Amino acid sequence: MANFFSNIAGWINERAPSMMPVYRKHMTEYYAPKNFNFWYYFGVLAMVVLVNQIVTGIFLTMFYKPGAATAFDSVEYIMRDVEWGWLIRYMHSTGASMFFLVVYLHMFRGLLYGSYKKPRELVWLLGMLIFLALMAEGFLGYVLPWGNMSFWGAKVIISLFGAIPWIGDTLVQWIMGDYNPADATLNRFFALHVVALPLVLLLLVVLHIFALHEVGSNNPDGVEIKKKKDARGIPLDGIAFHPYYTLHDLVGIGFFLIICAFIIFYQPTVGGWFIEYDNFIPANNLVTPAEIKPVWYFTPFYAILRVIPSKGLGVFALAASIILLFLVPWLDRGAVKSIRYRGRGYKIALTLFTITFVLFGAIGAGKSGEWIPEIFGPTADVSGIEMHFGWLLLAIYFGFFLFLWVYTYFGYEKTKPVPERVTTHD
Amino acid sequence: MTESTRIKLKTMNHFAAKVFACGLAVVTAMFASGIAVAEEGGEMQSAQTNVSNVTSLQRGARTYFNYCSGCHSIKYMNYARLATDLQLSEAEVLKSFAFTGARIGDQVVSNMPAEGSQQWFGKTPPDLSLEARAKSPDWIYNYLRSFYVDPTSTVGWNNTVFPNASMPNPLWELQGVQIAHMAPAKAGEEAHVEKLEVSKPGKQSPAEFDETARDLTAFLQYVGEPAALQRESVGVWVILFLVVFTFLAWLLKHEYWKDVH
Repeated sequence: MANFFSNIAGWINERAPSMMPVYRKHMTEYYAPKNFNFWYYFGVLAMVVLVNQIVTGIFLTMFYKPGAATAFDSVEYIMRDVEWGWLIRYMHSTGASMFFLVVYLHMFRGLLYGSYKKPRELVWLLGMLIFLALMAEGFLGYVLPWGNMSFWGAKVIISLFGAIPWIGDTLVQWIMGDYNPADATLNRFFALHVVALPLVLLLLVVLHIFALHEVGSNNPDGVEIKKKKDARGIPLDGIAFHPYYTLHDLVGIGFFLIICAFIIFYQPTVGGWFIEYDNFIPANNLVTPAEIKPVWYFTPFYAILRVIPSKGLGVFALAASIILLFLVPWLDRGAVKSIRYRGRGYKIALTLFTITFVLFGAIGAGKSGEWIPEIFGPTADVSGIEMHFGWLLLAIYFGFFLFLWVYTYFGYEKTKPVPERVTTHD
Repeated sequence: MTESTRIKLKTMNHFAAKVFACGLAVVTAMFASGIAVAEEGGEMQSAQTNVSNVTSLQRGARTYFNYCSGCHSIKYMNYARLATDLQLSEAEVLKSFAFTGARIGDQVVSNMPAEGSQQWFGKTPPDLSLEARAKSPDWIYNYLRSFYVDPTSTVGWNNTVFPNASMPNPLWELQGVQIAHMAPAKAGEEAHVEKLEVSKPGKQSPAEFDETARDLTAFLQYVGEPAALQRESVGVWVILFLVVFTFLAWLLKHEYWKDVH
């Protein structure tokens, strides 16, 4: 059997001699630091979810019928009459939320260990582009079931483009192909969701990984393992991606799938967080849901719109909140990568930034309507308190980027000595 | 490396773990509160339905077809599926449920003309296929139990869970007639219903009626997601498989990683 496989490998090698080195470069001879910790699972988990979304998505397109008159019914058809259709659909809907969960944790890992710093700026930029494409993909996909929240969510989000001076209103109509989200909108969103953006995403993911493998992975110590090599030119602190990290990741994937299976089989809507209750009502342009809100993964950004009363300013702040993330490699001038050896200021700033992001998520999900009366009594002015508290959070969110630059550019950061070699591994 | 730097390093490594733990706690709290609120919504009582209890579903279906199906459709269901899932024969389903001469493969729709219903109730009675998913089973359970006589409303009835509902109490002959005790209006507030009381008993005792409402809710919950029956029974095996798989993967990883120092 082994002979059979090596014959095939030989056969391919004769005809395409440059293909085997690609496998070696990215798998058996890609040397990754041996001290990866828990935070280093989320990249591969994002890959697993991407594959899941593509495979389940292909099966869903076999039964889903885009169109204002057919979409909602076809989703219920999938849920009831297609063999295992409910499983495929829940895998896709759960996958969407898990995608954002692992991507957020993956990005947070970058901030923890300075994975965006030289020479990995390009890896970070490509990653941010993936995040943007993913947000577009998630939004488009959310519209497809054509429930009432799909409709109103689409209306609100598309109308944001109306804030662009001069061309705004025309642009909104051009995107929708109508004066409201309608049949034309649904059909083009379907095309973009199943063809255009998956192609873009796949291309960006390949580039993200190629760019990473050029410079090599960062690690929790922020040590460049390529600086210390043995006689054969292999990093002393590096181990071959295959078999060491493929097996290591397989364990992480197993744990992750157990969590996913629990959601899919026992709590597929996650109490309205993964699939919103209002989306079980067909789209209706005459009935507005009690509260229009996006799914949880957009709520941190949606909150920025909520706490800024002016639409134009809100959209500007929303755009800035994402653009600033692109610029992190240049705002942070500190030489030390890992939070283990960075100054106390960075630890405090990152903690505050993270808490702010989560609280923004809660505000965007409409939690203030429940929490503010609980804290300040039933007569509290919910929207007023939310707005003022929101401004404080805005100051922390944007302040993080300003602080990062000032703190590192003017040399206020008191770092600790970075070791020569990586310190721990499991 | 001295012992003290080693300890220091160790504590610093824990920073990331701490941040993660805090984040996890906050997110869990948010999710938990979301779930609690979805099931609470005022002073709602838990429906305590069990969709895997087939006899409860059968009783609920009977109530549904006797009291609801005249006006409301459940268009995403067909009679054949009901027969399979409720463990009844096709003949039984047709005899007990299909009063309109429907055939076994037909959708479960009402015979009420849309135009007439618009005139009689002010709106066409909605399809109930997804009511339990859009509003929650607890909402349905409490709604069914919260009708009271209100001469000021158009249909003569009102409801504390869904004020000014256009539906008169469909189950009044089972529950009896409830009247509302109003709390006196305070300054700046309107008078509101303090509690409901059965003024004229129906065919069922309050406890029996709660069971009827629970069964009907369970039936609508099943109608909202027939796959739930299959979902929960398959899930155990999938998770068991994944646990074994992950354990074996861990053993293999452990073996290979013995080389790594």
